[in-house]
Amino acid sequence: MVQRQGDVVISVEGLRTQFGSHVVHDHLDLEVYRGEVIGVVGASGTGKSVLLRTIVGLNSQKAGNIRVFGKDTALMSADERASMERRWGVQFQDGALFSSLSVLQNIETPMREQFPLSDMLMRELAEIKISMVGLGSDAAPKFPYELSGGMRKRAGLARALALDPEIVFLDEPTAGLDPIGAAAYDELIKRLQQTLGLTVFMVTHDLDSLHAICDRIAVLADKRVIVIGTMEDMLASTHPWVRAYFHGPRGRMVTHEI
Amino acid sequence: MDARVSDPAAFVMEPTDQGSRLLARGDWVIANLGLVDDDLRALEGLAGRELLIDFSGVSRLDTAGAFVLHRTLRDVENARASSGFENASPAFQILLDEVAANDHPCDEEPAERNSLLMMLDRIGETVEHSYQQAKSIMNLCGQVVVNLGQTVVSPRRLRVTSLFHHMEQAGLDAVPIISLLTFLIGAVVAYLGASILRTFGAEIFTVELVAFAVLRELGVLLTAIIVAGRSGSAFTAQIGSMKVNEEIDAMQTLGLDPVEVLVVPRILAFVIMVPILTFIGDVMGLFGGILIAWVQLDISPGMFLIRMNEFIPINNFWAGMIKAPFFAFIIALIGCHEGLKVEGSAESVGQRTTLSVVQSIFIVIFLNALFAMFYIEVDF
Repeated sequence: MVQRQGDVVISVEGLRTQFGSHVVHDHLDLEVYRGEVIGVVGASGTGKSVLLRTIVGLNSQKAGNIRVFGKDTALMSADERASMERRWGVQFQDGALFSSLSVLQNIETPMREQFPLSDMLMRELAEIKISMVGLGSDAAPKFPYELSGGMRKRAGLARALALDPEIVFLDEPTAGLDPIGAAAYDELIKRLQQTLGLTVFMVTHDLDSLHAICDRIAVLADKRVIVIGTMEDMLASTHPWVRAYFHGPRGRMVTHEI
Repeated sequence: MDARVSDPAAFVMEPTDQGSRLLARGDWVIANLGLVDDDLRALEGLAGRELLIDFSGVSRLDTAGAFVLHRTLRDVENARASSGFENASPAFQILLDEVAANDHPCDEEPAERNSLLMMLDRIGETVEHSYQQAKSIMNLCGQVVVNLGQTVVSPRRLRVTSLFHHMEQAGLDAVPIISLLTFLIGAVVAYLGASILRTFGAEIFTVELVAFAVLRELGVLLTAIIVAGRSGSAFTAQIGSMKVNEEIDAMQTLGLDPVEVLVVPRILAFVIMVPILTFIGDVMGLFGGILIAWVQLDISPGMFLIRMNEFIPINNFWAGMIKAPFFAFIIALIGCHEGLKVEGSAESVGQRTTLSVVQSIFIVIFLNALFAMFYIEVDF
């Protein structure tokens, strides 16, 4: 994978978010480079998902700048924002599929809303996406409630990829999957990232995922990113939480395998 | 890198010795495909010949662009073996391989059936569903009765805190809205009486009209409908979201009976509070009538009350009040029943809440009609 340092697609500077008087992030800085897979970890309640939601504009920040493709998201006009949203895809934790639409229709929705494409072409493109995320051809006419958790995640990923985005945000992609399913999902993300040249921003708890597919890891604690770097940097870090996380019984198990 | 609108996708055809060459240029990305898709589909006429697709002019390609070009090549019937892609960069080749590997048509959505059959199907389903619904409401009703019986035997089983909580929420908090609405309806009935009866010179009968209508029907009916919309629905939503959250399952594993913990206090609270609300509704309805009679017809409040006392027997008041606990029981029962029927998603909570309001208002009005017939038969 190409990892040109300096080609920054997302940059977060001095971010501060809060809910009421509860400060979630304060002076948080983070840079994401083009073509990398970055994993964001942290204890429960440190605001990993909030960070993701803030970058994609579902939460507003109290202070600081967020630049995506070099543009400040807070200063964008509605049109700029819309064209920005076409360049990223978000996969929510449980897929967040539209429950009244079939899987195929879910994937067609962003295409239908954004571009003047014929019905036949949309269907063909959606079929490609269904196959790319590893869903069987029988999944297309099914409704979200008929799918298992893993299939809903895959369908959610297919919808996030519908417009061939440059950045994909994944919120806990492997949470709730069995270890084999999770490994297969990691594999899928890696493969898609390589073939489509994606930049992947993922929030996760899964040490296996971090090992298997992340180029860099950012650790959230004390309301900011305390350590960022490769797995080796994590293992070398002296911060108590990072040590506990990566050198704990589960962390050791994974690191010993490689 | 910025704009997705840049160069539109386009192509020209160029003849070769064996067939033709498609020279693609521009940005073959999803945003641009609407323009070229139809032209590409029109290339079917190339059957049996060679088709070369040249990428040298393509500046950007995504899976959608790769797919339409892949499809064009695929759909040339009996194409010569020499057909293929030319000058595709490694990055483009990865995408072309990816779409080729994933080009599987998906299953069709099941076709619509004969509309007559579908109509019969739906009618049958609805009948069956209503039957099952009635059965399961009766089932819950039975459980509630058994639970109430046990509560009478050992009053310690009653959840007193919960009972008072629901009496406050469903009863006390509903007083303002019920007062206002029954007041307005009482006033409107008096207006009706005033304008119609005056033409006969019989405006004094407005008193009877208002008193009869409010005491026998309107007071209790309005109260029941407001309470169904306000609190019956809340019961469904509360119990339904607990169901979604698996709280009901947790209760059962802890040896708690959801009917005893959740349903009985709500039903009891309703049965106690709805008659009180009905009484308040009656008073406010009469108050509205008195006010209009006074302003419009010069019937003083004193006279109104004396005439009411003389000509309206007290059983009219009881005829309304007797209905209140029955309505209360049925509304609370339906509200809780629908809540317990919620399954799976949050969407189901919404559907069940709607159903609960529709059902309970329907049953209340239906039951009210039965009561009216019954009262006529027994001359009450």
